[in-house]
Amino acid sequence: MDLQINGQTHSVDVPEDMPLLWVLRDVLNLTGTKYGCGVAACGACTVWIDGIATRSCQVPAAYVTGPVTTIEALGQTPVGAAVQAAWIDKQVAQCGYCQSGQIMQAADLLTANPTPTDQDIDDAMGGNLCRCGTYVRIRAAIHAAAKALSEDKG
Amino acid sequence: MSRLTRRIFLFGSASIAGGVAFGAYKVATPHPNPLVNAVRDDGVTFNPWIMIDPTGVTLITAHTDVGQGVSSMEALLLAEELDLAQDGFETRFAAPDAAYFNTALAAEAVPFMPTDTSRTAETMRAVAGAAVKLIGLQLTGGSSAVPDSFDKLRQAGAMARETLRAAASNQTGVSVADLRTENGAVILPDGTRIPYPDLAATAATTTPVNDVRLRDPSEWRLIGKPVPRRDIPAKSTGQQAYGIDLRLPGMRFASVRLNPAKGGALNGFDATAARGVNGVQSVVPVTGGIAAVADTTWAAIQAVNAVDCDWAPADYPPEQDAHWDALSASFTEDKLDKVWREDGEVDGEWPHDAEVVEAEYRAPYVAHQPLEPLNATALVTEDGAEIWTAHQIPQFAVRLAAKAIGMEPDQITFHQQFAGGSFGHRLEFEHVIRAVEIANQMRGTPVQMTLSREEDFTQDFPRQISMGRMRAWSLGDRVDHLEIDIASPSVTRSQMGRMGMPAAGPDLQIAAGVWNMPYDIGRLRVRGYETRGLPPVSSWRSVGASSAGFFAEGFMDEILHVIAADPIAARIDMCKVDYHRKVLEAAAEMSDWTRPRPAGTGLGVAFVESFGVPVAEVVEVTDTPDGIRITNVWVAADVGRVVDPVNFENIVQGGVIWGLGHAMNSQITYAGGAAEQVNFWDAEGMRIHQAPEIHVRGLENAPKIRGIGEPPVPPAAPALANAIFAATGQRLREMPFDKFVTFA
Repeated sequence: MDLQINGQTHSVDVPEDMPLLWVLRDVLNLTGTKYGCGVAACGACTVWIDGIATRSCQVPAAYVTGPVTTIEALGQTPVGAAVQAAWIDKQVAQCGYCQSGQIMQAADLLTANPTPTDQDIDDAMGGNLCRCGTYVRIRAAIHAAAKALSEDKG
Repeated sequence: MSRLTRRIFLFGSASIAGGVAFGAYKVATPHPNPLVNAVRDDGVTFNPWIMIDPTGVTLITAHTDVGQGVSSMEALLLAEELDLAQDGFETRFAAPDAAYFNTALAAEAVPFMPTDTSRTAETMRAVAGAAVKLIGLQLTGGSSAVPDSFDKLRQAGAMARETLRAAASNQTGVSVADLRTENGAVILPDGTRIPYPDLAATAATTTPVNDVRLRDPSEWRLIGKPVPRRDIPAKSTGQQAYGIDLRLPGMRFASVRLNPAKGGALNGFDATAARGVNGVQSVVPVTGGIAAVADTTWAAIQAVNAVDCDWAPADYPPEQDAHWDALSASFTEDKLDKVWREDGEVDGEWPHDAEVVEAEYRAPYVAHQPLEPLNATALVTEDGAEIWTAHQIPQFAVRLAAKAIGMEPDQITFHQQFAGGSFGHRLEFEHVIRAVEIANQMRGTPVQMTLSREEDFTQDFPRQISMGRMRAWSLGDRVDHLEIDIASPSVTRSQMGRMGMPAAGPDLQIAAGVWNMPYDIGRLRVRGYETRGLPPVSSWRSVGASSAGFFAEGFMDEILHVIAADPIAARIDMCKVDYHRKVLEAAAEMSDWTRPRPAGTGLGVAFVESFGVPVAEVVEVTDTPDGIRITNVWVAADVGRVVDPVNFENIVQGGVIWGLGHAMNSQITYAGGAAEQVNFWDAEGMRIHQAPEIHVRGLENAPKIRGIGEPPVPPAAPALANAIFAATGQRLREMPFDKFVTFA
């Protein structure tokens, strides 16, 4: 089957029910997207499909219906770049393992809602676990990215 | 040309106390510098942490980076004295080696209070430290990376800097006094820069300068300043590789299933269905279980889950209630591990008009479950093996892996990796052993073994289950009598047994954080009781203090409430140690403790000293129609000196969230011999919508520098319980709290 990942078409020969997560990690060696739980409890596997944040551990390869964006390419989008810059500026990460998924989800939030409240952030980010507990800084980084993006527009 | 590489310079109390028990010469004899074999022929290495060659400067990180930032911190300490710019070097993890022995770990394993700086206590710490040095134990844990590194790495950097100045003097004829160093170069009086790499060859034949003066804090460029962590850009762009991300040519993927009854045997199995899974190459036995090798991790996990296994039953009580019963039955003379504290005549007469409070507290098993599941990549050939994994005791990982496949440790090369979290999980060895067992059955092919999340939960050696029985009385205006008895399995014995080092003697962890409480109470006793016969347990972030601290500080609130004493004022009043008291005062001030809160909002405080660090936390909760909401936490902690204030704040916030989240909703319970909780839905910890604002202050009054990884954890649960009592009147004596209250 053909999958469009980060603007490139990949022909892969995988079982139809193999989750997209494992196609990315173990077949295409795009390891920025992480395995944390396999049951959509942690959000570490978050990618964009057709621009929408999705848990790739729950999407069988045969059901990938649109172009996929992973963390490796997110920085090429203005929202993605702003989120990543804020993540670095606010020194969010500790172990960093959850942060690919957090950033994909945060960029999805800011694309849909450029001025999120704390409640909006909680609602959007609640599916992304951070065992290191960087939530306070994630919130601050999302607010900072939103501010930077609005200043760019102004 | 000769390399001045074999001399290691000794730092810290271990060298001073060398004469006490082990003979001055033996302790002073250095471990050889392992970089001798790694440095290029045209390079130089002065000590185990610095390599310079014409292509650049490499700094070695001796500890395991589990998210606490050691790869940045250790480089920063070296770069401070060595006058390196932050973009002027690369870092690399150390190979396992005795030269990286941990100077700080043993110091707090001896039964003296961290505040005891008597000659006896210091000597015993030095003796323990000397033993660690002789063994050459390289270990990450116990919040010891900063105290282990702080003097040692600055000395190493200073010595290298001075030797480079001497080398430049030799090379240019300019006298040393006229040479300075900056941004990775020696600067001549006319401004000419000689970058360190250009001095490597000369430095290799220059007499090393050992007599160095460490810079005064007023001269620091980096220490104490908010320096961006080196690993954060990669971690923010999906570029950071963890052990699980390693990809080697020809590598296969594998997964493992072991007996859910931990340590139990596999009596037999039928792999027919497993072998039929698309992508599976083989199904092979490993010790205590089975493994599948496949072309993807996913196929390997599908396959191991499809094996029909006949497991032996558990050799411990299969049902959870029996675990609590075992603890209950442990408060007897024959199971007394040690009386850790006895102030005053605890068994004396009771005044009949005293206010008495008695209570039993419980802390369950809790799993570690960092977000990167346990994994190890192994390649075995006829001659030896290579292992790639993140591990906190790499020498023992090598030793146990070698033993598993009939090789010698020196046949194994270990490649340390960045870890996607640990919290103590990466102190254990089962995954490394199984990875090499698989690789040994397919020699010449690298294989990456990853546990499924479910298998990781199932096999987790959790935090110790623990029970506390407390009694206190008061004549009215202070706590006059406090007894704390704690029963628990011995974490230390459980872990050291798996390391092949059976531990004798009492386990300090059973009463950790409690026996050392700084309170002046007329009659105070703390006793530890060891419960045997329960399944394996392991160090979980802050170890014994995480459960014992809950007992002591939750119960302290109960007796203070009975005598209508203010929880913070009373603790400050009882506190005998000046720099501990300042931590309590800071928390009171930060939280504006005395400002009345609206009805339904409550404040709770807790104070625990663990790993030598006094921490006071105030938690604020509000009772809402949706449940208890944690709105704010204020934390004051004294580590002697804060190396990096930004990372310090991040780690403290993370430790608070770790402590609160598990107290709220996490436990491991056994049924049929197996852990019932198998994925994050069953034990979530805290999610972002529950995360409060967390305000952090680092104090610097303590006499010794300490680490901050674990100390914020123990006060969190009791402060939360105390806040919930203040807000609702409901007393919580058992974790997880969501058995009794709802959290919004």
